[in-house]
Amino acid sequence: MTLTLDARDEAMLAGDHGDAAALSMRVIARVAASMQAEMLLDITGAHIDSCLYHGQAGLDFARRLADEGARVIVPTTLNVSSLDLLHPELYRGDNHTRTQALALMEAYEEMGCRATWTCAPYQLEDRPAFGDNVAWAESNAIVFANSVLGARTHRYGDFIDICCAITGRAPAAGLHLDHTRRAQIVFDLSGVPDRLLDLDVAYPLIGHHVGKLVGTQIPVLTGIPQATSEDRLKAIGSAGASSGSLAMFHVVGSTPEAPSLDAALGGNDAATHPITVGDLRAARDQLTTASVGGRLGAVSLGTPHYSVAEFGRLVELLQGRTVHPSVSVYVNTGRDIVHEISLRGWERALVDSGIQIVTDTCTYITPVMADVYGTAMTDSGKWAYYAPGNLGLDVVFGSVEDCVESAVAGEVRRDDSVWADA
Amino acid sequence: MPESQRVLVAGEASGLVLALDEPLSFWGGFESESGTIIDQAHPQVGESLAGRVVTMAVGRGSSSASTVLAEAIRLGTSPAALIMREPDEIVNLGAIVADELYGITMPILIVDAETFAAVAAADRATISAAGSITF
Repeated sequence: MTLTLDARDEAMLAGDHGDAAALSMRVIARVAASMQAEMLLDITGAHIDSCLYHGQAGLDFARRLADEGARVIVPTTLNVSSLDLLHPELYRGDNHTRTQALALMEAYEEMGCRATWTCAPYQLEDRPAFGDNVAWAESNAIVFANSVLGARTHRYGDFIDICCAITGRAPAAGLHLDHTRRAQIVFDLSGVPDRLLDLDVAYPLIGHHVGKLVGTQIPVLTGIPQATSEDRLKAIGSAGASSGSLAMFHVVGSTPEAPSLDAALGGNDAATHPITVGDLRAARDQLTTASVGGRLGAVSLGTPHYSVAEFGRLVELLQGRTVHPSVSVYVNTGRDIVHEISLRGWERALVDSGIQIVTDTCTYITPVMADVYGTAMTDSGKWAYYAPGNLGLDVVFGSVEDCVESAVAGEVRRDDSVWADA
Repeated sequence: MPESQRVLVAGEASGLVLALDEPLSFWGGFESESGTIIDQAHPQVGESLAGRVVTMAVGRGSSSASTVLAEAIRLGTSPAALIMREPDEIVNLGAIVADELYGITMPILIVDAETFAAVAAADRATISAAGSITF
């Protein structure tokens, strides 16, 4: 099996479209060969993760492309960066890193990428349609595109994302192909009471549990009420892409390639694994490194970036109350969502409640949180997974209701009645 | 070179072998400035990968690992070579881009179980430009 490039690909490789396109095509061809792809395919969009600063090599690559005149030829969105450009005073890192991170952001804007700065590009108005081939990086965005939108992207990462955007091409391999998108393992939630499945808090835990068990397999979930909301599917995917390598999942009756269990499996013979309330309690405890009842120092919501609906719920739960003066509450989101919630008057209401909105970046990847005296709480499986290692914080995972009540009280509170077996 | 073996990134390398007991995520688990494992949950935390022929069965973790690995190759703190059982695009990309940007190669080879175990048990290994391994 060898890679065959078409005439356009060969022309790019030969430098007919400039040095940047030639370099991009060389990188794609080398990766395609390692994936044992036989050809490349056209993409209709890209989402770039390389704009988050991790060292000089990332900036060198972006500058080399931009200096050679690279322009993206498909609509391209940008993932979170290391800086919050709308709230620059929050940044607590060193100046050198700030300068480098800013230069990296500028290089990607120079190449024609949209300054969206969000890890949830699927919450933007223009998003891929069912069946579109795209090149998306950022693990939670990848799993959402494949699972919820029914768009097709392989697990792309740094460097190749921008190469695909510059050439409009990607390896015809992995999750771009029909047969690799079918489920290989079944998780049955019919043993979990509807009372629990009616709560948002169940979904990151389902994702965390499944992510740990699947390896690189694609799971299908049964026994979840039909027409699960996009926010709940987002929570499954982002948690499963943190605890494991989840790149796609199906939920029977909710995701577009799973109208039925048979359709999701597509003829695959798959073992069924029941999920119990006990499994979800265990997931909750794995995402919790501190005890309930202690002093609360901070709350972080919005990993992945909070949606308009999630903000609506937060405003409703706060009922105009202010958070305790010793607690810092952060909500990460995209600037497009901030625009939307400001029109509804919610941004003002949240600021008045003492809540800090963080845009363009996220509290777990860059130093924006003030010193935390006490435990941190979150409703995000992904944040709870990464924060202890990345930030050195002790974390309690809870529902958004738990997070709000704790933030107002100044101590870690969790309603454990929802976790009873029956 | 046996038929089951594939060269993902070609290049010459030689060094002491370090057999990783578990896969390592280069993002969050490895520090490019020093070349050491910093993942507190990894059994070999604190070990240096710099200049070693590293055996790691499969890749792991975030896609940002490509940049961290490319940065380590630039700084000279990366492994001399990686010997793996299964290809991992994230790891490949780091090595491919370092080659394209800086002309520094860190070869990556995919080998069968028998060869993998033999290299992991060896003290030193040398990789030729054609992809043969001697140890």
